[in-house]
Amino acid sequence: MTLIDVHDLTRTFVVRKRTNGLARTRTEVRAVHDLSFIVETGEMVGYIGPNGAGKSTTIKMLTGILVPTAGHLRVAGLEPSRQRTELARRIGVVFGQRTTLWWDLPLRDSFELLQKIYRVEPARHRRNLEEYVELLDLGDLLDTPVRQLSLGQRMRGDITAALLHDPEILYLDEPTIGLDVVSKGRLREFLRTLNAERGTTLMLTTHDLQDIEALCDRVIVIDHGTAVFDGPLEGLHRRGESRRTLVVDLVDEAPPIEVAGAETHRVDGPRQWLSFPAGESAAPIVSAVAATYAVADLSIQEPDIEDVIREIYAGA
Amino acid sequence: MLYAAVAARSFRRFSTYRTATLAGIFTNSVFGVIYSYAYLALWHQRPDAGGYDATDAVTYVWIGQALLMTVALWGGGTTDDLAERIRTGDVAIDLYRPVGLIGWYLAGDLGRAAYHVLTRGVVPTVLGLLLFQIALPADAAAALGFVVSLVLAVVTSFAIRFLVACSAFWLLDQTGVRMLSGVLAIFMSGMTLPLVIFPEPLRSIALALPWASYLQTPADIWLGQRTGFGILTGLAVQALWIGVLLALCQVVLDAATRKVVVQGG
Amino acid sequence: MAETSTRLAGVRQAPREYVWIARMWVRSSLAYPTSFWILTVSSALITLLDFVGLALMFHTVPALGGFSLQEIALLYGASGIGIGVADLVIGSVEQIGAYVRTGGLDSMLTRPVPLLVQVCADRFAIRRLGRISQAVVVFVYGAWWVDWTPAKVGLAVLMLVSACLIFFSLFVTFSCIQFWTLDSTEFANAFTYGGNTMTQYPMTIFPREVLKGLTFLLPIAFVNWYPCLYLLDRPDPFGMPSWFAVLSPLVAVLTVAVAGLAWRTGVRHYTSTGS
Repeated sequence: MTLIDVHDLTRTFVVRKRTNGLARTRTEVRAVHDLSFIVETGEMVGYIGPNGAGKSTTIKMLTGILVPTAGHLRVAGLEPSRQRTELARRIGVVFGQRTTLWWDLPLRDSFELLQKIYRVEPARHRRNLEEYVELLDLGDLLDTPVRQLSLGQRMRGDITAALLHDPEILYLDEPTIGLDVVSKGRLREFLRTLNAERGTTLMLTTHDLQDIEALCDRVIVIDHGTAVFDGPLEGLHRRGESRRTLVVDLVDEAPPIEVAGAETHRVDGPRQWLSFPAGESAAPIVSAVAATYAVADLSIQEPDIEDVIREIYAGA
Repeated sequence: MLYAAVAARSFRRFSTYRTATLAGIFTNSVFGVIYSYAYLALWHQRPDAGGYDATDAVTYVWIGQALLMTVALWGGGTTDDLAERIRTGDVAIDLYRPVGLIGWYLAGDLGRAAYHVLTRGVVPTVLGLLLFQIALPADAAAALGFVVSLVLAVVTSFAIRFLVACSAFWLLDQTGVRMLSGVLAIFMSGMTLPLVIFPEPLRSIALALPWASYLQTPADIWLGQRTGFGILTGLAVQALWIGVLLALCQVVLDAATRKVVVQGG
Repeated sequence: MAETSTRLAGVRQAPREYVWIARMWVRSSLAYPTSFWILTVSSALITLLDFVGLALMFHTVPALGGFSLQEIALLYGASGIGIGVADLVIGSVEQIGAYVRTGGLDSMLTRPVPLLVQVCADRFAIRRLGRISQAVVVFVYGAWWVDWTPAKVGLAVLMLVSACLIFFSLFVTFSCIQFWTLDSTEFANAFTYGGNTMTQYPMTIFPREVLKGLTFLLPIAFVNWYPCLYLLDRPDPFGMPSWFAVLSPLVAVLTVAVAGLAWRTGVRHYTSTGS
């Protein structure tokens, strides 16, 4: 079922800059233009792009904080800016860089207030709270004021806050920023479980491409206000014309291996690096190499997603 | 010189708050108008109350509005920065620096005061001049005396605000104490009503306290209520209070430093 | 339409939602008792000293602008109750610029509660009751000297309710400028606290032009002046019609409408231009 329906979405800003003295220039900046995509229930979508590409602007429009300049936008059948409070009951939003919790109050109080505001039935609220507190390890922190929590703890609090009312969609804006490696891993696993067990649709904007690798089946790449890629993750590699690398450790040194479908681009003693297109399987190449040479060991390196994205930005 | 640079930078910083300054000038002017009419009504009934005449009284109102931000009567100024740094713990870094903390913030506050007197001081006063009958300083001595008194007032106010900010070392933040101090200052400086109108013994007590420095003393010099030797005694009392208060600041700061070093803030 | 009925339902829910949020803030402030009590004492002190100032004026003169201390107490108290209640209920709207700047407004927009309710209930400060109590005491003192009739009692009640609504509107309307220029918190003060200070005094201290301005332009003379003239059995010193005394409720409704318009315009501007 279509949950998010975006068609030719456009958002322009008027930027007034003061030049020398009293003169002022007025420029129209197109933050988002002709953006179209559809998100179905249960998807996990990564929304990535360079700084200033229009990611935050899109999320703001989807959540009703910002009114589109033009285009068609429906979330859960509702128009976000016009039906803001109605939509608010069905979505959860987590901002990575600031908290939506009440700063001076203990976590517990924030959750209690949210239960009332979102009209969550007490039994359901209790159940949800117990579950999330356990999954996110918040047990000892419930009575701590939000201002005393570390970034990671606050993030977990924010996520719980966003999920207590069982939203259909969870928007996460840079959720892993500033977290340490362990916390990031735990958060990603939590989100995966959330999507698998409750079917919550996830839309994640991030700079951390490991997040994308770990979480998203589908990626939308936005650059200069419009989508330059929209499809499954593997497609991203193919699109970027990235290449996988087969690292071959021969028994003896040999001249560069020649084999169909791969290119040997580096030799260092008995070790050779062969690259081949990311969409292709390694199997035939491995067989061909093993048939012709005495191989001690092999390994495969995946393309760096950073390079992939960079290719796409450059190509757009 | 280092402190001059600090003052200049502070001046520049406060000058970026253009809209706030305009809004503030507007508010100062509105209140100036209201109190002018109120005092005119009072002096109409008692033409020589407190030794002032009606023109003196209205002048007093506008001097008060001009000094409100300059002397930071309600609180504020660079000591708010200090309180914030105490709250976040960043002040620990400052305490290890070789530059004197008190001097540093004082220089910044003087820079701020300079900006405020030029904007929220001068502009409402000019407006008052246009709308009402205002008395100007009678001679050079009065004018000069006023300027010196004003500087001393800023320093006195700074010292008290510094002490208030230091309360953050012991309490969570300075907010409560700041408000209390502001309330006291507004009343005891003569902002609510000129101290000279106060009945005895309140009048004499108020005139002896440091808050009289903020407004009453500079105003009396401007209005010619204090002349010649009177100007000097007024300035001397201000200076005396400054000495006492700054010494107190140092004492408190030393105690706070010990606390930070021992307990880790 | 579906949208209007949802909005009406939303308005009906608003008081409950306000109370939930406000209660949370009261609980939070009580968690830091030292801070809470210092702030409460300061608030009480401000209002107390404010009246002491006025009382000291009367130590010097028997009447101000032709009005005695008892009569001015009625004016002072009524205005104080108006601004006190308004400040208690919606005081935080004065700081709306801060919410815009910190992004707090965005967080509020993601919650299913009307924005104005959230902004007003935020940082709800029970200590503001201090000002209301002081105003009530002063008003009662002034009311003691009034020759009450049933009509006057009715008018007094209408006056106090209207005063609250008019100040409510002043707070909201003039705080909305912060949607356009963030730095201008003090701008509203000239109208809210300035309005309160102006109406503490009898209008006779002002020249006729000022009174006309405060009647027809910024109608704060209806907060207490016109109704009090009736309560005090005094003819209008400026020769204004005596039925102005009963206009306060109408003025209150008009100012609330203006405030609503200002708020919606401000929010629309915010959601149309981002921050």
